[in-house]
Amino acid sequence: MDAMAILSIFVLSVFVGFEVVSKVSSTLHTPLMSGANAIHGVILVGAIIVADHSETNLELGLSLAAIVLATINMVGGFVVTDRMLEMFKGQKK
Amino acid sequence: MSRTLYDLIGLAAGIAFILALKGLSHPKTARKGNLIGAFGAGLATLVVFFYASPSVSGKAESSLPLNNLGWILGAIAVGLIIGVPAARRVQMTQMPQLVALFNGVGGGAAALVAIVEYLNLGLEATTAQVVFTVFTVIVGCVSFSGSIITFMKLQELMTTRPVIFPAGRFVIAATLIAVIGVGGWVVSALGTTPLLILAALSLLFGILFVLPVGGADVPIVISLLNAFTGLTVAASGYVLDSVLLIIAGTLVGASGTILTRLMADAMGRSLFGTLFGAFTAKQQDSSGVAEDRPVRSGSSDDVAILLNYARRVVIVPGFGLAVAQAQHTVRELADLMISRGIDVAYGIHPVAGRMPGHMNVLLAEANVPYDQLVEMDEVNPTFGQTDVAIVIGANDVVNPAAKTTPGCPIYGMPILEVSNAANIIFLKRSMRPGFAGIENELLYDPKTMLLFGDAKSSLTKVVSALKAL
Repeated sequence: MDAMAILSIFVLSVFVGFEVVSKVSSTLHTPLMSGANAIHGVILVGAIIVADHSETNLELGLSLAAIVLATINMVGGFVVTDRMLEMFKGQKK
Repeated sequence: MSRTLYDLIGLAAGIAFILALKGLSHPKTARKGNLIGAFGAGLATLVVFFYASPSVSGKAESSLPLNNLGWILGAIAVGLIIGVPAARRVQMTQMPQLVALFNGVGGGAAALVAIVEYLNLGLEATTAQVVFTVFTVIVGCVSFSGSIITFMKLQELMTTRPVIFPAGRFVIAATLIAVIGVGGWVVSALGTTPLLILAALSLLFGILFVLPVGGADVPIVISLLNAFTGLTVAASGYVLDSVLLIIAGTLVGASGTILTRLMADAMGRSLFGTLFGAFTAKQQDSSGVAEDRPVRSGSSDDVAILLNYARRVVIVPGFGLAVAQAQHTVRELADLMISRGIDVAYGIHPVAGRMPGHMNVLLAEANVPYDQLVEMDEVNPTFGQTDVAIVIGANDVVNPAAKTTPGCPIYGMPILEVSNAANIIFLKRSMRPGFAGIENELLYDPKTMLLFGDAKSSLTKVVSALKAL
Protein backbone atom coordinates (compact mmCIF):
# COMPACT_ATOMS: atom_id res chain seq x y z
CA MET A 1 0.00 0.00 0.00
CA ASP A 2 1.35 3.42 -0.75
CA ALA A 3 2.73 5.60 1.98
CA MET A 4 0.29 8.49 1.50
CA ALA A 5 -2.72 6.23 1.92
CA ILE A 6 -1.26 4.78 5.11
CA LEU A 7 -0.41 8.22 6.45
CA SER A 8 -3.95 9.42 5.71
CA ILE A 9 -5.48 6.44 7.49
CA PHE A 10 -3.18 7.00 10.45
CA VAL A 11 -3.86 10.72 10.81
CA LEU A 12 -7.62 10.36 10.41
CA SER A 13 -7.67 7.55 12.96
CA VAL A 14 -5.79 9.75 15.43
CA PHE A 15 -8.46 12.41 15.12
CA VAL A 16 -11.30 9.92 15.46
CA GLY A 17 -9.60 8.43 18.51
CA PHE A 18 -9.26 11.87 20.14
CA GLU A 19 -12.81 12.81 19.27
CA VAL A 20 -14.70 9.76 20.55
CA VAL A 21 -13.34 9.86 24.09
CA SER A 22 -12.85 13.59 24.66
CA LYS A 23 -15.84 14.00 26.99
CA VAL A 24 -16.08 11.02 29.28
CA SER A 25 -16.90 11.08 32.98
CA SER A 26 -14.36 9.69 35.41
CA THR A 27 -16.78 6.89 36.28
CA LEU A 28 -16.16 5.35 32.89
CA HIS A 29 -12.40 5.83 32.74
CA THR A 30 -11.60 2.30 33.81
CA PRO A 31 -14.10 0.42 31.62
CA LEU A 32 -13.04 2.59 28.68
CA MET A 33 -9.37 1.84 29.30
CA SER A 34 -10.21 -1.82 29.62
CA GLY A 35 -12.28 -1.81 26.42
CA ALA A 36 -9.55 -0.03 24.46
CA ASN A 37 -7.12 -2.55 25.92
CA ALA A 38 -9.24 -5.39 24.54
CA ILE A 39 -9.38 -3.74 21.11
CA HIS A 40 -5.61 -3.79 20.71
CA GLY A 41 -5.93 -7.54 21.19
CA VAL A 42 -6.65 -7.64 17.44
CA ILE A 43 -2.90 -8.01 17.16
CA LEU A 44 -4.14 -11.63 17.20
CA VAL A 45 -4.84 -11.13 13.49
CA GLY A 46 -1.19 -10.19 12.96
CA ALA A 47 -0.04 -13.14 15.06
CA ILE A 48 -2.10 -15.56 12.95
CA ILE A 49 -0.71 -14.06 9.73
CA VAL A 50 2.91 -14.48 10.86
CA ALA A 51 2.17 -18.02 12.08
CA ASP A 52 0.83 -18.79 8.60
CA HIS A 53 4.02 -17.43 7.05
CA SER A 54 6.44 -19.08 9.48
CA GLU A 55 9.15 -21.15 7.85
CA THR A 56 11.31 -22.21 10.75
CA ASN A 57 10.45 -23.77 14.09
CA LEU A 58 11.74 -20.66 15.86
CA GLU A 59 9.40 -18.44 13.88
CA LEU A 60 6.48 -20.78 14.44
CA GLY A 61 7.19 -21.06 18.16
CA LEU A 62 7.37 -17.30 18.62
CA SER A 63 4.24 -16.68 16.60
CA LEU A 64 2.30 -19.31 18.54
CA ALA A 65 3.39 -17.61 21.77
CA ALA A 66 2.14 -14.35 20.26
CA ILE A 67 -1.21 -16.00 19.44
CA VAL A 68 -1.63 -17.23 23.01
CA LEU A 69 -0.80 -13.78 24.46
CA ALA A 70 -2.97 -11.91 21.95
CA THR A 71 -5.95 -14.23 22.58
CA ILE A 72 -5.64 -13.64 26.33
CA ASN A 73 -5.50 -9.88 25.69
CA MET A 74 -8.49 -9.81 23.36
CA VAL A 75 -10.91 -12.29 24.86
CA GLY A 76 -9.97 -11.65 28.48
CA GLY A 77 -10.18 -7.92 27.86
CA PHE A 78 -13.70 -7.96 26.47
CA VAL A 79 -14.95 -10.37 29.14
CA VAL A 80 -13.54 -8.33 32.01
CA THR A 81 -14.90 -5.08 30.54
CA ASP A 82 -18.31 -6.66 30.24
CA ARG A 83 -18.14 -7.74 33.87
CA MET A 84 -17.29 -4.20 34.96
CA LEU A 85 -20.14 -2.75 32.94
CA GLU A 86 -22.58 -5.36 34.16
CA MET A 87 -22.31 -3.63 37.53
CA PHE A 88 -23.70 -0.44 36.02
CA LYS A 89 -26.94 -1.98 34.83
CA GLY A 90 -30.18 -1.14 36.57
CA GLN A 91 -28.94 2.34 37.41
CA LYS A 92 -31.18 4.13 34.98
CA LYS A 93 -33.04 6.81 36.84
CA MET B 1 -11.91 -14.79 -0.54
CA SER B 2 -10.82 -11.83 -2.62
CA ARG B 3 -8.58 -9.13 -1.23
CA THR B 4 -11.35 -6.57 -1.71
CA LEU B 5 -13.83 -8.54 0.38
CA TYR B 6 -11.14 -9.18 3.01
CA ASP B 7 -10.34 -5.47 3.24
CA LEU B 8 -14.04 -4.53 3.34
CA ILE B 9 -14.60 -6.82 6.28
CA GLY B 10 -11.49 -5.34 7.90
CA LEU B 11 -13.02 -1.88 7.40
CA ALA B 12 -16.25 -3.06 9.01
CA ALA B 13 -14.27 -4.27 12.01
CA GLY B 14 -12.51 -0.88 12.17
CA ILE B 15 -15.88 0.88 12.23
CA ALA B 16 -17.03 -1.50 14.96
CA PHE B 17 -14.04 -0.39 17.05
CA ILE B 18 -14.90 3.29 16.57
CA LEU B 19 -18.50 2.62 17.61
CA ALA B 20 -17.19 0.58 20.56
CA LEU B 21 -15.07 3.45 21.89
CA LYS B 22 -17.92 5.88 21.32
CA GLY B 23 -20.34 3.59 23.14
CA LEU B 24 -17.94 3.08 26.02
CA SER B 25 -17.83 6.84 26.59
CA HIS B 26 -21.45 7.02 27.79
CA PRO B 27 -22.91 5.10 30.74
CA LYS B 28 -26.06 4.00 28.94
CA THR B 29 -24.36 2.64 25.84
CA ALA B 30 -21.17 1.36 27.45
CA ARG B 31 -22.08 -2.30 27.61
CA LYS B 32 -23.41 -2.35 24.07
CA GLY B 33 -20.25 -0.57 22.94
CA ASN B 34 -18.08 -3.24 24.45
CA LEU B 35 -20.11 -5.96 22.73
CA ILE B 36 -19.76 -4.17 19.39
CA GLY B 37 -16.00 -4.08 19.93
CA ALA B 38 -15.94 -7.78 20.74
CA PHE B 39 -17.99 -8.47 17.61
CA GLY B 40 -15.53 -6.49 15.47
CA ALA B 41 -12.55 -8.29 16.95
CA GLY B 42 -14.20 -11.69 16.49
CA LEU B 43 -15.11 -10.88 12.89
CA ALA B 44 -11.57 -9.72 12.11
CA THR B 45 -10.11 -12.89 13.61
CA LEU B 46 -12.53 -15.19 11.82
CA VAL B 47 -11.91 -13.67 8.42
CA VAL B 48 -8.14 -14.22 8.55
CA PHE B 49 -8.80 -17.94 8.23
CA PHE B 50 -10.50 -17.46 4.89
CA TYR B 51 -7.98 -15.27 3.15
CA ALA B 52 -4.57 -16.46 2.04
CA SER B 53 -2.59 -13.29 2.73
CA PRO B 54 0.52 -13.16 0.58
CA SER B 55 3.67 -13.28 2.66
CA VAL B 56 5.38 -9.91 2.69
CA SER B 57 8.71 -11.63 2.04
CA GLY B 58 7.10 -13.61 -0.79
CA LYS B 59 8.81 -16.77 0.46
CA ALA B 60 6.02 -18.72 2.06
CA GLU B 61 3.31 -20.05 -0.17
CA SER B 62 -0.07 -18.52 0.47
CA SER B 63 -2.90 -20.96 0.17
CA LEU B 64 -5.91 -22.10 2.11
CA PRO B 65 -6.19 -23.62 4.59
CA LEU B 66 -3.54 -21.61 6.40
CA ASN B 67 -0.19 -23.25 7.07
CA ASN B 68 0.18 -24.56 10.62
CA LEU B 69 -3.61 -24.34 11.01
CA GLY B 70 -3.71 -26.96 13.76
CA TRP B 71 -1.04 -25.16 15.74
CA ILE B 72 -2.81 -21.82 15.32
CA LEU B 73 -6.14 -23.17 16.55
CA GLY B 74 -4.39 -24.94 19.42
CA ALA B 75 -2.66 -21.72 20.49
CA ILE B 76 -5.97 -19.83 20.39
CA ALA B 77 -7.52 -22.55 22.54
CA VAL B 78 -4.70 -22.19 25.08
CA GLY B 79 -5.25 -18.42 25.14
CA LEU B 80 -8.98 -18.93 25.72
CA ILE B 81 -8.39 -21.45 28.49
CA ILE B 82 -6.12 -18.98 30.30
CA GLY B 83 -7.88 -15.70 29.50
CA VAL B 84 -11.57 -16.43 29.99
CA PRO B 85 -11.45 -17.96 33.48
CA ALA B 86 -9.01 -15.25 34.60
CA ALA B 87 -11.44 -12.56 33.45
CA ARG B 88 -14.48 -14.39 34.84
CA ARG B 89 -13.17 -15.23 38.27
CA VAL B 90 -11.25 -12.10 39.14
CA GLN B 91 -12.53 -10.18 42.17
CA MET B 92 -13.67 -6.61 41.63
CA THR B 93 -10.77 -5.49 43.77
CA GLN B 94 -8.24 -7.13 41.47
CA MET B 95 -9.59 -5.84 38.18
CA PRO B 96 -7.05 -3.04 37.70
CA GLN B 97 -4.10 -5.40 37.85
CA LEU B 98 -5.81 -7.84 35.49
CA VAL B 99 -6.29 -5.02 32.97
CA ALA B 100 -2.59 -4.19 33.41
CA LEU B 101 -1.67 -7.80 32.80
CA PHE B 102 -3.87 -8.07 29.70
CA ASN B 103 -2.30 -4.91 28.36
CA GLY B 104 1.17 -6.29 29.01
CA VAL B 105 0.57 -9.54 27.16
CA GLY B 106 -0.88 -7.54 24.26
CA GLY B 107 2.33 -5.52 24.08
CA GLY B 108 4.35 -8.73 24.32
CA ALA B 109 2.34 -10.25 21.48
CA ALA B 110 2.96 -7.20 19.28
CA ALA B 111 6.71 -7.37 19.99
CA LEU B 112 6.78 -11.10 19.15
CA VAL B 113 4.88 -10.54 15.92
CA ALA B 114 7.41 -7.89 14.93
CA ILE B 115 10.35 -10.17 15.76
CA VAL B 116 8.91 -13.06 13.70
CA GLU B 117 8.17 -10.78 10.78
CA TYR B 118 11.72 -9.49 10.97
CA LEU B 119 13.18 -13.02 11.00
CA ASN B 120 10.93 -13.87 8.10
CA LEU B 121 11.84 -10.84 6.02
CA GLY B 122 15.56 -11.22 6.64
CA LEU B 123 17.70 -9.11 4.38
CA GLU B 124 14.84 -8.31 2.05
CA ALA B 125 13.23 -5.92 4.51
CA THR B 126 12.94 -2.32 3.38
CA THR B 127 14.30 0.39 5.66
CA ALA B 128 10.78 1.57 6.47
CA GLN B 129 9.76 -1.96 7.48
CA VAL B 130 12.81 -2.28 9.72
CA VAL B 131 12.19 1.10 11.34
CA PHE B 132 8.59 0.14 12.15
CA THR B 133 9.74 -3.26 13.39
CA VAL B 134 12.29 -1.65 15.70
CA PHE B 135 9.61 0.71 16.99
CA THR B 136 7.24 -2.17 17.67
CA VAL B 137 9.86 -4.24 19.46
CA ILE B 138 10.93 -1.32 21.68
CA VAL B 139 7.49 -0.08 22.63
CA GLY B 140 5.95 -3.57 22.83
CA CYS B 141 8.68 -4.74 25.21
CA VAL B 142 8.41 -1.58 27.34
CA SER B 143 4.66 -2.07 27.54
CA PHE B 144 5.11 -5.73 28.49
CA SER B 145 7.66 -5.34 31.27
CA GLY B 146 6.17 -2.04 32.48
CA SER B 147 2.74 -3.63 32.79
CA ILE B 148 4.17 -6.57 34.72
CA ILE B 149 5.65 -4.09 37.23
CA THR B 150 2.32 -2.24 37.55
CA PHE B 151 0.65 -5.62 38.07
CA MET B 152 3.09 -6.49 40.85
CA LYS B 153 2.60 -3.11 42.50
CA LEU B 154 -1.18 -3.38 42.45
CA GLN B 155 -1.16 -7.00 43.57
CA GLU B 156 1.22 -5.89 46.33
CA LEU B 157 3.79 -8.45 45.28
CA MET B 158 6.26 -5.60 45.66
CA THR B 159 6.28 -2.27 47.42
CA THR B 160 3.61 0.15 46.26
CA ARG B 161 5.81 3.13 47.01
CA PRO B 162 8.01 4.75 44.41
CA VAL B 163 11.23 2.78 44.08
CA ILE B 164 14.10 5.21 43.89
CA PHE B 165 17.65 4.08 43.36
CA PRO B 166 20.86 6.07 43.41
CA ALA B 167 21.37 8.16 40.29
CA GLY B 168 18.02 6.79 39.13
CA ARG B 169 17.30 9.29 36.44
CA PHE B 170 20.77 8.90 34.96
CA VAL B 171 20.40 5.11 34.83
CA ILE B 172 17.01 5.51 33.14
CA ALA B 173 18.36 8.09 30.69
CA ALA B 174 21.38 5.89 29.91
CA THR B 175 19.13 2.89 29.27
CA LEU B 176 16.94 4.94 26.97
CA ILE B 177 19.99 6.15 25.02
CA ALA B 178 21.21 2.56 24.76
CA VAL B 179 17.78 1.46 23.48
CA ILE B 180 17.80 4.15 20.81
CA GLY B 181 21.42 3.39 19.91
CA VAL B 182 20.81 -0.34 19.51
CA GLY B 183 17.65 0.49 17.55
CA GLY B 184 19.81 2.46 15.13
CA TRP B 185 22.23 -0.46 14.99
CA VAL B 186 19.43 -2.85 14.00
CA VAL B 187 18.29 -0.50 11.24
CA SER B 188 21.80 -0.12 9.82
CA ALA B 189 23.28 -3.59 10.42
CA LEU B 190 20.24 -5.92 10.16
CA GLY B 191 20.74 -8.99 12.28
CA THR B 192 18.98 -11.21 14.75
CA THR B 193 21.45 -10.62 17.58
CA PRO B 194 21.09 -6.83 17.63
CA LEU B 195 17.31 -7.27 17.60
CA LEU B 196 17.39 -9.58 20.61
CA ILE B 197 19.70 -7.18 22.47
CA LEU B 198 17.22 -4.43 21.60
CA ALA B 199 14.36 -6.49 23.03
CA ALA B 200 16.29 -7.19 26.25
CA LEU B 201 17.23 -3.52 26.73
CA SER B 202 13.67 -2.42 26.05
CA LEU B 203 12.37 -4.86 28.68
CA LEU B 204 14.86 -3.38 31.14
CA PHE B 205 13.80 0.14 30.26
CA GLY B 206 10.13 -0.76 30.83
CA ILE B 207 10.97 -1.94 34.35
CA LEU B 208 13.10 1.10 35.22
CA PHE B 209 10.51 3.45 33.79
CA VAL B 210 7.66 2.18 35.99
CA LEU B 211 9.55 1.46 39.25
CA PRO B 212 9.66 5.11 40.41
CA VAL B 213 5.91 5.58 39.97
CA GLY B 214 4.08 5.78 43.28
CA GLY B 215 1.05 3.68 44.18
CA ALA B 216 -1.77 6.08 43.50
CA ASP B 217 -0.38 7.04 40.10
CA VAL B 218 -0.18 3.49 38.82
CA PRO B 219 -3.56 3.57 36.98
CA ILE B 220 -2.34 6.55 34.95
CA VAL B 221 0.71 4.56 33.89
CA ILE B 222 -1.44 1.57 32.93
CA SER B 223 -3.45 3.87 30.69
CA LEU B 224 -0.27 5.27 29.15
CA LEU B 225 1.15 1.80 28.47
CA ASN B 226 -2.22 0.88 26.99
CA ALA B 227 -1.83 3.73 24.50
CA PHE B 228 1.72 2.51 23.80
CA THR B 229 0.49 -0.97 22.97
CA GLY B 230 -2.06 0.56 20.61
CA LEU B 231 0.72 2.32 18.70
CA THR B 232 2.72 -0.90 18.40
CA VAL B 233 -0.31 -2.60 16.90
CA ALA B 234 -0.60 0.23 14.38
CA ALA B 235 3.09 -0.14 13.48
CA SER B 236 2.63 -3.91 13.06
CA GLY B 237 -0.23 -3.12 10.73
CA TYR B 238 2.16 -1.19 8.52
CA VAL B 239 4.69 -4.05 8.38
CA LEU B 240 2.00 -6.68 7.83
CA ASP B 241 0.10 -4.57 5.29
CA SER B 242 -3.11 -4.69 7.32
CA VAL B 243 -5.38 -1.63 7.28
CA LEU B 244 -7.42 -3.05 10.14
CA LEU B 245 -4.43 -3.22 12.48
CA ILE B 246 -3.44 0.35 11.56
CA ILE B 247 -6.93 1.67 12.31
CA ALA B 248 -7.44 -0.32 15.51
CA GLY B 249 -3.98 0.40 16.88
CA THR B 250 -4.13 4.11 16.10
CA LEU B 251 -7.59 4.45 17.65
CA VAL B 252 -6.37 2.88 20.87
CA GLY B 253 -3.17 4.91 20.81
CA ALA B 254 -5.03 8.20 20.37
CA SER B 255 -7.93 7.54 22.72
CA GLY B 256 -5.53 6.06 25.26
CA THR B 257 -3.44 9.22 25.20
CA ILE B 258 -6.49 11.40 25.80
CA LEU B 259 -7.71 9.07 28.52
CA THR B 260 -4.32 9.19 30.23
CA ARG B 261 -4.52 12.97 30.27
CA LEU B 262 -8.10 12.94 31.59
CA MET B 263 -7.08 10.57 34.37
CA ALA B 264 -4.08 12.69 35.28
CA ASP B 265 -6.32 15.78 35.33
CA ALA B 266 -8.82 14.03 37.61
CA MET B 267 -6.01 13.52 40.09
CA GLY B 268 -4.61 17.01 39.63
CA ARG B 269 -1.33 15.60 38.36
CA SER B 270 0.74 16.36 35.33
CA LEU B 271 1.81 13.35 33.33
CA PHE B 272 5.41 14.41 33.72
CA GLY B 273 5.02 14.68 37.49
CA THR B 274 3.47 11.22 37.59
CA LEU B 275 6.37 9.61 35.79
CA PHE B 276 9.28 11.49 37.23
CA GLY B 277 7.86 13.07 40.38
CA ALA B 278 9.60 10.57 42.64
CA PHE B 279 12.99 11.80 41.58
CA THR B 280 12.27 15.48 42.06
CA ALA B 281 10.19 15.27 45.25
CA LYS B 282 11.90 15.93 48.51
CA GLN B 283 12.53 12.86 50.62
CA GLN B 284 9.83 12.46 53.24
CA ASP B 285 11.00 12.49 56.81
CA SER B 286 9.70 9.13 57.94
CA SER B 287 11.17 9.27 61.43
CA GLY B 288 8.50 11.73 62.60
CA VAL B 289 6.92 11.54 66.02
CA ALA B 290 3.51 11.07 64.47
CA GLU B 291 3.24 7.34 65.14
CA ASP B 292 3.26 7.71 68.91
CA ARG B 293 0.58 10.34 69.15
CA PRO B 294 -2.70 9.34 70.74
CA VAL B 295 -5.76 8.65 68.64
CA ARG B 296 -9.37 8.39 69.74
CA SER B 297 -10.74 4.98 68.97
CA GLY B 298 -14.35 4.06 69.60
CA SER B 299 -16.65 1.05 69.63
CA SER B 300 -19.38 0.21 67.17
CA ASP B 301 -21.92 1.44 69.76
CA ASP B 302 -20.25 4.85 69.91
CA VAL B 303 -20.43 5.05 66.14
CA ALA B 304 -24.09 3.99 66.08
CA ILE B 305 -25.04 6.66 68.64
CA LEU B 306 -23.21 9.33 66.69
CA LEU B 307 -25.01 8.30 63.52
CA ASN B 308 -28.41 8.06 65.18
CA TYR B 309 -28.34 11.72 66.16
CA ALA B 310 -26.96 12.99 62.88
CA ARG B 311 -29.04 14.81 60.32
CA ARG B 312 -26.66 14.45 57.42
CA VAL B 313 -24.07 11.72 56.91
CA VAL B 314 -21.58 11.42 54.07
CA ILE B 315 -20.03 8.02 53.44
CA VAL B 316 -16.56 8.11 51.88
CA PRO B 317 -15.68 4.69 50.51
CA GLY B 318 -12.15 3.63 49.60
CA PHE B 319 -10.10 0.59 48.72
CA GLY B 320 -10.66 -0.97 52.17
CA LEU B 321 -14.36 -1.25 51.36
CA ALA B 322 -13.50 -3.14 48.18
CA VAL B 323 -11.05 -5.43 49.95
CA ALA B 324 -13.56 -6.30 52.64
CA GLN B 325 -16.32 -6.77 50.03
CA ALA B 326 -18.43 -4.59 52.30
CA GLN B 327 -20.44 -2.85 49.59
CA HIS B 328 -23.67 -4.67 50.52
CA THR B 329 -23.20 -4.01 54.23
CA VAL B 330 -22.58 -0.31 53.68
CA ARG B 331 -25.75 -0.12 51.65
CA GLU B 332 -27.63 -1.81 54.48
CA LEU B 333 -26.29 0.83 56.88
CA ALA B 334 -27.21 3.65 54.50
CA ASP B 335 -30.74 2.28 54.00
CA LEU B 336 -31.19 1.97 57.75
CA MET B 337 -30.13 5.59 58.27
CA ILE B 338 -32.38 6.79 55.46
CA SER B 339 -35.32 4.94 57.00
CA ARG B 340 -34.70 6.99 60.15
CA GLY B 341 -34.85 10.23 58.21
CA ILE B 342 -31.12 10.84 58.02
CA ASP B 343 -29.85 12.46 54.86
CA VAL B 344 -27.22 10.10 53.42
CA ALA B 345 -24.87 10.58 50.48
CA TYR B 346 -21.79 8.78 49.25
CA GLY B 347 -18.86 11.08 48.53
CA ILE B 348 -17.05 9.59 45.58
CA HIS B 349 -13.48 10.58 44.87
CA PRO B 350 -12.67 9.99 41.20
CA VAL B 351 -9.65 7.86 42.02
CA ALA B 352 -10.76 6.23 45.26
CA GLY B 353 -9.75 2.60 45.20
CA ARG B 354 -7.19 1.43 42.74
CA MET B 355 -8.65 2.80 39.54
CA PRO B 356 -10.88 5.68 38.46
CA GLY B 357 -14.53 4.76 38.89
CA HIS B 358 -13.70 1.81 41.14
CA MET B 359 -16.18 2.89 43.82
CA ASN B 360 -18.98 3.52 41.33
CA VAL B 361 -18.58 0.00 40.01
CA LEU B 362 -18.40 -1.50 43.47
CA LEU B 363 -21.44 0.33 44.87
CA ALA B 364 -23.40 -0.29 41.69
CA GLU B 365 -22.87 -3.99 42.35
CA ALA B 366 -24.69 -3.52 45.66
CA ASN B 367 -27.51 -1.67 43.83
CA VAL B 368 -26.84 1.63 45.57
CA PRO B 369 -29.11 4.17 43.83
CA TYR B 370 -27.11 6.26 41.41
CA ASP B 371 -28.36 9.59 42.79
CA GLN B 372 -26.83 8.85 46.19
CA LEU B 373 -23.36 8.79 44.65
CA VAL B 374 -22.13 12.37 44.70
CA GLU B 375 -18.97 13.37 42.89
CA MET B 376 -16.19 15.22 44.64
CA ASP B 377 -16.87 18.70 43.28
CA GLU B 378 -20.50 18.53 44.38
CA VAL B 379 -20.01 16.93 47.76
CA ASN B 380 -17.10 19.06 48.97
CA PRO B 381 -19.11 22.26 49.60
CA THR B 382 -21.64 20.23 51.66
CA PHE B 383 -19.20 18.91 54.25
CA GLY B 384 -19.74 22.12 56.28
CA GLN B 385 -23.37 21.06 56.87
CA THR B 386 -22.48 17.43 57.45
CA ASP B 387 -22.72 16.01 60.95
CA VAL B 388 -20.77 12.83 60.36
CA ALA B 389 -18.37 11.79 57.60
CA ILE B 390 -17.70 8.04 57.65
CA VAL B 391 -14.47 7.20 55.90
CA ILE B 392 -14.47 3.49 55.09
CA GLY B 393 -11.10 2.12 54.11
CA ALA B 394 -10.04 5.32 52.36
CA ASN B 395 -7.01 7.32 53.29
CA ASP B 396 -5.10 9.16 50.59
CA VAL B 397 -8.22 10.67 49.02
CA VAL B 398 -9.07 12.49 52.28
CA ASN B 399 -5.52 13.23 53.37
CA PRO B 400 -5.07 16.99 53.94
CA ALA B 401 -1.36 16.54 53.20
CA ALA B 402 -2.38 16.82 49.54
CA LYS B 403 -3.08 20.50 50.27
CA THR B 404 -0.68 21.32 53.03
CA THR B 405 2.56 19.43 52.43
CA PRO B 406 4.38 20.40 49.25
CA GLY B 407 6.63 17.61 48.07
CA CYS B 408 4.61 14.73 49.46
CA PRO B 409 3.66 12.14 46.83
CA ILE B 410 0.01 13.18 46.61
CA TYR B 411 0.56 16.95 46.84
CA GLY B 412 -1.80 18.77 44.51
CA MET B 413 -4.34 15.97 44.26
CA PRO B 414 -7.87 17.24 44.93
CA ILE B 415 -9.27 15.61 48.07
CA LEU B 416 -12.61 15.09 49.74
CA GLU B 417 -12.65 17.74 52.44
CA VAL B 418 -14.06 15.59 55.24
CA SER B 419 -12.21 17.75 57.78
CA ASN B 420 -15.04 20.30 57.40
CA ALA B 421 -17.58 17.84 58.78
CA ALA B 422 -18.55 18.11 62.46
CA ASN B 423 -17.44 14.54 63.20
CA ILE B 424 -15.23 12.14 61.30
CA ILE B 425 -15.30 8.38 61.68
CA PHE B 426 -12.53 6.31 60.18
CA LEU B 427 -13.10 2.61 59.67
CA LYS B 428 -9.60 1.21 59.32
CA ARG B 429 -7.84 -2.10 59.59
CA SER B 430 -4.83 -0.58 61.31
CA MET B 431 -2.88 2.63 61.64
CA ARG B 432 -1.02 1.72 58.46
CA PRO B 433 -0.83 4.60 56.02
CA GLY B 434 -2.64 4.47 52.67
CA PHE B 435 -1.43 3.27 49.28
CA ALA B 436 0.75 6.32 48.76
CA GLY B 437 2.51 5.53 52.05
CA ILE B 438 2.05 8.84 53.82
CA GLU B 439 0.85 9.69 57.29
CA ASN B 440 -2.66 11.17 57.58
CA GLU B 441 -2.93 14.06 60.05
CA LEU B 442 -6.68 13.73 60.08
CA LEU B 443 -6.42 10.54 62.15
CA TYR B 444 -5.13 12.62 65.08
CA ASP B 445 -7.79 15.31 64.74
CA PRO B 446 -9.78 15.65 67.99
CA LYS B 447 -13.11 15.28 66.15
CA THR B 448 -12.00 12.02 64.58
CA MET B 449 -13.05 8.65 65.97
CA LEU B 450 -11.42 5.45 64.77
CA LEU B 451 -13.09 2.08 64.55
CA PHE B 452 -10.48 -0.56 63.94
CA GLY B 453 -11.17 -3.81 62.14
CA ASP B 454 -12.21 -5.29 58.84
CA ALA B 455 -14.68 -2.90 57.17
CA LYS B 456 -17.34 -5.55 56.70
CA SER B 457 -17.42 -6.85 60.26
CA SER B 458 -17.17 -3.30 61.66
CA LEU B 459 -20.11 -2.19 59.53
CA THR B 460 -22.14 -5.25 60.48
CA LYS B 461 -21.63 -4.41 64.14
CA VAL B 462 -22.58 -0.77 63.57
CA VAL B 463 -25.74 -1.85 61.75
CA SER B 464 -26.87 -4.12 64.57
CA ALA B 465 -25.96 -1.50 67.18
CA LEU B 466 -27.96 1.10 65.28
CA LYS B 467 -30.93 -1.25 64.96
CA ALA B 468 -30.90 -1.75 68.72
CA LEU B 469 -31.11 1.98 69.42
